[in-house]
Amino acid sequence: MRELSSNEETEFFAPEQGAKSSGATPAKIRVSSMSVKYPTRSDDELITALDSINLDIIDGEFICLLGPSGCGKTTLLNCMAGFLSPSEGAIYAGGSLVEGPGPDRGVVFQEYGLFPWFTVAENVGYGPRIRGLPKAEVKEITNHYLAMVHLNGFESQYPSELSGGMKQRVGIARALANRPDILLMDEPFGALDAQTRELMQEELLKIWEAERRTCVFVTHSIGEAIFLADRVIVISARPGRIKADVRIGLDRPRDRTSEEFFKLYREFNEVLREEIERSRTI
Amino acid sequence: MTTMQLIRQRRYAGIFTAFSLRWERLLLGLLAISLVFFFWWLIVAFGFVNPVLVPPPERVFASFTRMVAEGALFGHIWASLWRVLQGFMLALLIAIPFGVAMGMFRIVRGMAEPLVELLRPIPPIAMIPLTILWFGIGESSKVFIIFYGAFFPILINTMAGFTQVDPVHIRAAQTLGAKRFHIFRDVVLRSAIPYMVVGARLGMGMAFVVLVAAELIASSEGLGFLINDARYRFRTDEIFLGMACIGVLGFTLNRLLVRLEKRIVSWKR
Repeated sequence: MRELSSNEETEFFAPEQGAKSSGATPAKIRVSSMSVKYPTRSDDELITALDSINLDIIDGEFICLLGPSGCGKTTLLNCMAGFLSPSEGAIYAGGSLVEGPGPDRGVVFQEYGLFPWFTVAENVGYGPRIRGLPKAEVKEITNHYLAMVHLNGFESQYPSELSGGMKQRVGIARALANRPDILLMDEPFGALDAQTRELMQEELLKIWEAERRTCVFVTHSIGEAIFLADRVIVISARPGRIKADVRIGLDRPRDRTSEEFFKLYREFNEVLREEIERSRTI
Repeated sequence: MTTMQLIRQRRYAGIFTAFSLRWERLLLGLLAISLVFFFWWLIVAFGFVNPVLVPPPERVFASFTRMVAEGALFGHIWASLWRVLQGFMLALLIAIPFGVAMGMFRIVRGMAEPLVELLRPIPPIAMIPLTILWFGIGESSKVFIIFYGAFFPILINTMAGFTQVDPVHIRAAQTLGAKRFHIFRDVVLRSAIPYMVVGARLGMGMAFVVLVAAELIASSEGLGFLINDARYRFRTDEIFLGMACIGVLGFTLNRLLVRLEKRIVSWKR
């Protein structure tokens, strides 16, 4: 494994140290020597999607999982969400073992995952509603989060009537309205155009600063990762391992055009290119 | 929506409205029907066909007004409609629970699917002899034939609806704290409803297709009876009238179901 060079703004450290160093504070999410393997169609051989991942995420942290496509970053997120169970090792969220999906971990999906048969307001209020909160309270929560994503006035529209950016705003509001401890996002802005994407990133950060939830954000965009994250976890091409665990020291709000930003961009780019080339030669 | 409609809509955008498109469709439809009537009248009036075999439109219309005045026509229409509704309702009542069970439980589906696929190609008309032996020649045999015709479209579409739930919706519900009951009510059922409505519409269509066949079994009223009885009396005008009634009735019911479908799945664009 190649060591990344460290510089003034950013401290790079190896993942093993990372896991240990935050051992003092209780981790919000702990991934403990976790591997995911699945059988190939042709023979009994197992494909290792993720290989002995160790990761501690502290409360309120914004983490980006960065890596080439097919590297298993979404698999890692799906394990955290409880959609997949690891072949070896375990994941703990808020101190308890993850055994399946749960309302403590909200998920924002790449393909939005909105219920098309519900209106915007019904989508956002779904979590509180099935928890049995009184109608007035559900409405209050719904309005609060719709205002947060600037969608007041769209309450009675159906998702099919919205643009991609608006749909994902609903997706974020729906996840937040359920008041999860942890927000898991799987390339949520992947389908949006570049301008909308940057706008959504800025809005997401505002929301994160207001709500201070622990966020895990999957992306293959280096710029997105540097702009958003406290810590960027680079995942290597198959078998997926933690290749680098980088704390982004830039002050917020971050300037995408600053010298430091570009410098980080170049470094991540180098690591990712290496990964892509390596995966090609396999 | 067809490609041509899409292209046309783009051309109309800004100048004409969707409203004018609807009128255009209506006018074109009426024009086509008028043309058919005109040529029908033409070939009979100029003696291209034997007017005994192909009655002119005015004679069909005359028999229509006569039968309405006698009160016989509505009796026939009502008899047929009532049979269709009974058979169709029975099909809904039985096919939907079976469809749900097949869609929800893999074991049920695995067992029932081969049976369904073997029974489905048997046309309802081939069931008539057996139906007479089972139910006699009374009302129940006719209702059974219609039931049989409507059953499979409803069953198969219901099953499809319950198997084609988008997994992302289930995952989304789970992460919002939904329990099995919530997932069934708010995700699985909701995804299946459009399929079930389509199944009901196709089932209704089949009910009309087999209606006449069902009424060929010794009946004394109904549109199928009207047509068959008119054959013995060589009244082709009444045959035409009976056929037209079935067409209009089927069209109207289909329209009603389409409208219902649009209301139920208003969230779909």
